[in-house]
Amino acid sequence: MDRPDTPHTDEPLVAETQIERRSALAIWISRLEGPQTMGRGPVFWATAALVVLAAILYPLFSDPFAVGNSAYFMVWTFMAMGLGVVWGYTGALSFGQTAFFGLAGYAYGVLTINFGAAYGFTWIALMISVALGGLFAMLIGYFMFYGRIKGVFVGIVTLSVTLVLETFMAQTAGPQWRIGEARLNGFNGMSGMPPLTIPWPGGDVLLYPGVGLYYVLLAMVVLCYLGLRMLLNAPFGNVLVAIRENPERAEMLGYDTRAYQMLSFALGGALAGLSGALYTAWGQYITPSSMGLTAAALPIVWVAVGGRRDITATLLGTLAVLFAFQLLTVYGSQYALIVMGALLLFTVLLTPEGLIATAMRWLGRLVGRAKR
Amino acid sequence: MTEILSVSKLNKKFGGVTVANDIDFTLHAGTMHCLIGPNGAGKSTFFRLILGEHAPDSGTILFRGADITRLRSFERIRRGISVKFQVPGIFKALSVRQNLDVAFQHHLHGHNLSSTVKRVVEFTNLEAEVETPAGALSHGQQQWLEIGMAVGVEPTLLLLDEPTAGMSPDETRKTGEMLHDLNQRGITILAVEHDMAFVEQIATQVTVLHFGRIFAEGTIAEIIDHPGVQDIYLGGSDE
Ligand SMILES: Nc1ncnc2c1ncn2[C@@H]1O[C@H](COP(=O)(O)OP(=O)(O)OP(=O)(O)O)[C@@H](O)[C@H]1O
Ligand SMILES: [Mg+2]
Repeated sequence: MDRPDTPHTDEPLVAETQIERRSALAIWISRLEGPQTMGRGPVFWATAALVVLAAILYPLFSDPFAVGNSAYFMVWTFMAMGLGVVWGYTGALSFGQTAFFGLAGYAYGVLTINFGAAYGFTWIALMISVALGGLFAMLIGYFMFYGRIKGVFVGIVTLSVTLVLETFMAQTAGPQWRIGEARLNGFNGMSGMPPLTIPWPGGDVLLYPGVGLYYVLLAMVVLCYLGLRMLLNAPFGNVLVAIRENPERAEMLGYDTRAYQMLSFALGGALAGLSGALYTAWGQYITPSSMGLTAAALPIVWVAVGGRRDITATLLGTLAVLFAFQLLTVYGSQYALIVMGALLLFTVLLTPEGLIATAMRWLGRLVGRAKR
Repeated sequence: MTEILSVSKLNKKFGGVTVANDIDFTLHAGTMHCLIGPNGAGKSTFFRLILGEHAPDSGTILFRGADITRLRSFERIRRGISVKFQVPGIFKALSVRQNLDVAFQHHLHGHNLSSTVKRVVEFTNLEAEVETPAGALSHGQQQWLEIGMAVGVEPTLLLLDEPTAGMSPDETRKTGEMLHDLNQRGITILAVEHDMAFVEQIATQVTVLHFGRIFAEGTIAEIIDHPGVQDIYLGGSDE
């Protein structure tokens, strides 16, 4: 170490308190970029704006069926981004996000079947369902993290929870299994609930799969993505990443690591719940198999293949994999599942960071070089 | 002098092995206190008991007069205890700046955070490495980073487990200056150290731990002259 000694001054190491001049809004907006998310600067944001613009124009050049189908892909991205937060950022591999998906999906059905769709109630039902997903995740998270369950056991516990829920819902075929007007219907699942409905003078707008729902979901995806970017670059996100890297050290810096893990898990659960409620609203049905083993494994494939440690990679990867999956199901869904498994294996072995994340890093370097 | 830390009748067993044996220990505010003892004496375990990572079988720990024996680790830290572990406990995948941000952000925000990070970076000689992943730093720099993470929160008590392990003589000397500087700023320091020359350089008070028991205590001169201490270090550990 041949560096000159720093002249140590008597200046205190901790800066004296100064009044923060920026407004809270300015601070949050500045967090759209930061250490926990890839992509910064004009090139990145211009590209992002172009992608959104293309997504806005897409329905003009496509048929309603394809548009409704794209809406279907977007339904799943919330669960994927939530898993990204829980697994990629906080380091807890949950195998059971579908538990919160299913709970919220059924909750949306039960609520709207009982209380109808008038006065925009479907949106309230959606919010209640999301809150239920988040609260249930918080409860499971409480028992796991305060019970010092770690590593692979988080996966085992969460998988058990979702499989128990699936099994439970599958045996609710009898007429006694009803909540108010809503029959749970066992293995066949629940159907007949209204889609999301926008109250409108002269007739409510029903958001069946199609252009309207597509735009609503697109706006939600963009807002959720930007919101997560800000949250992950905020002190909260920094602590999540610190816990992933070294939980003991994070605790020894004065952070209540279990509370952070629980909150991260609750956020993941709420986002899975959002996907669940939207799924039910999209197709007006939900079945126990949405909480089964295959359903539980798929989010892990999307997130791992795209890249779990970056929210942009997670989002793009999920959309790409869902699209590929649907192309493949033309040849049979068993076949598509096998390809998904192979894709997961391929990613884990060759680009453990995820295909999209690796590609983005690569692109970032190219752009950086071109600028110099 | 005020007592900043007082430990009484602290006991801890791992299986059949007693690693803390009726430890009574007092630390006075403003001192630079060294804890020495042969390998396996229980020095790191003593730290982990103070930090709440292990629960003692019996005994109490008072910090600034308050009983912290049952508090969780993060609560003890928030009361003003900071630590540098024996094995560098940094976030290897994160940059130096991110490490410091995470360390300070629950006390400091915005401008105060960034200027404190800047000062600590200067203090620890890491100006050129601010954006480097911490795992890519030299061993000595990693130790400094961790010391920086520990001091930026303005602790009352700083626990350092072997701050100079694996450092070159030059780095060791600089670390000594750093600790002296921190002590001058009013931070009470308790350091585990093997390097006796370093202990002589920094310590005002020394405690010798042997088989989980306090074996001797006194000024550095008293400890060096203590015949039993020489036996422990030279004659192996057959007590
Ligand atoms: N978690 C644990 N479980 C069981 N035994 C432990 C544990 N931690 C430490 N020990 C044992 O307790 C004893 C004291 O260990 P400790 O690490 O406190 O010693 P030390 O004085 O710090 O030694 P060194 O100078 O090598 O760092 C050793 O015999 C060690 O093997
Ligand atoms: Mg030790």
